[in-house]
Amino acid sequence: MRVLKVVPAIVVVMVVGAGPVLACGGLVAPNGSVNLTKTTTLAAYVDGVEHYVTAFEFTGAGGGKFGSIVPLPDVPTDVTRAGRWTLQRLVEEVRPPEPFGASEEAFRSSSDDSAEVLMTTRVSALDIVILRGGGDEVGRWAKDNGFFLPPDAPETLDFYAERSPIFMAVRFNLARAQDRDLQSGEGIPVHLTIPTDSPWVPLRILALGRQADEVVEADVFLLNESQPELMPSTEAPGSSQGLILERSEEASELLLTDLAGDRGMEWLPTEDMWLDYIRISTPASELDHDLAIGFDGTVPSPVDAGFALASTTVPAEPPPLWVWIVAGLAGVLILVATDRIMASKR
Amino acid sequence: MRLGPGLGLTFVALLLGGCIDTASAGHSEVIVNINHSRFEPEAFEFEQGDVVTFVVRNADPIDHEFILGDEAVQDLHEKGAHPSHGDLPGEVSVAADSTATTTYEFTEPGKLIIGCHLPAHYDYGMKAQVRIDP
Repeated sequence: MRVLKVVPAIVVVMVVGAGPVLACGGLVAPNGSVNLTKTTTLAAYVDGVEHYVTAFEFTGAGGGKFGSIVPLPDVPTDVTRAGRWTLQRLVEEVRPPEPFGASEEAFRSSSDDSAEVLMTTRVSALDIVILRGGGDEVGRWAKDNGFFLPPDAPETLDFYAERSPIFMAVRFNLARAQDRDLQSGEGIPVHLTIPTDSPWVPLRILALGRQADEVVEADVFLLNESQPELMPSTEAPGSSQGLILERSEEASELLLTDLAGDRGMEWLPTEDMWLDYIRISTPASELDHDLAIGFDGTVPSPVDAGFALASTTVPAEPPPLWVWIVAGLAGVLILVATDRIMASKR
Repeated sequence: MRLGPGLGLTFVALLLGGCIDTASAGHSEVIVNINHSRFEPEAFEFEQGDVVTFVVRNADPIDHEFILGDEAVQDLHEKGAHPSHGDLPGEVSVAADSTATTTYEFTEPGKLIIGCHLPAHYDYGMKAQVRIDP
């Protein structure tokens, strides 16, 4: 296996004022509203394998159903419960933890498949399904399984499926949450092991179901063995809008030791890592891209960033010869007609 | 009554893959595609007295609806809670990956709107403009 020198780790923390629930990706409720409040995600890339850790926050058992669909760069080989403090420790590195909002929302699980189901598993009270399919197939699967997709879902799912037809669908199983006495606000971290050559970070999905002028707030943490190149470019520290690079520095050994000491985190190096902290604050209408990372001086891929579709990266073929012939004949006819008109006027 | 909608509709519809059947005098058929929660085409022109059957093809994996009417009709449906449509001319629900039809007679000149009023769809921009010429 190719050994990469760069180990990126990404933590996304979504904070939305309106409601409860959590998860990375679009979280949709029966009434069509998106109830994403806090998403925490860690993605680390070691030896061509992305370790993707995200937390799903339980918001209570009051009713309703929620699900989260997360685009993935490739097919995971394993889905397990993540460590106990990794995500929290990364957030605390840059700011004190914020209290989770409480709600009376509940989750339920179901299963069916119109997209191809690659994997099903349970992590604590979560039901997790890894899907492969185009945007329509995944959307159909989600609809058949009780996800209420907002009107921008078809376009967003197509946007991701064009690059990677792999998605993770996650829902809380209310019965298991009650059995485990899961408390509102309590998060369940999930660790995905994803062999891939393109460990991009999905950002556009965070705008799913939001009004165009609604501001998406998120924190993104990167850990690499060297300072990475990012696409899109980031704003200067202290900026009010955009992808703001608040920190870019050597990660402390204390942080790395804390992270590597967590359950399932032994793969993380404990020294010589570069920490980037990107704060996202941007209207949903402008969050029409993802985050691509270039390693060892490599320019990040516009396709990975969502600025170009994979299917359109090949230059278009020139028009066939007959098009040029017809165009030329048309031009000649126009010239002849113009000449006759001018001649008649003379 | 002229046969079929106006030239503008013909042009737009052909560009976007729709078609117009003017085989039966006074009664035309217009194909309306729904893709990514948008009506295609997004503008229509008809003549007063036209009777049009709209063939609404929903290519999305989510449900939509086709509601033809003026602003008041759109407001009513935006605030209402009709689970489905199909009984009234110009109003029909279109399930995911399906096709539905509805027929409407344009009795008055003016401007109407085609909209979808499932939650958040209208605000998302799921509407089309309809002009009826005398």
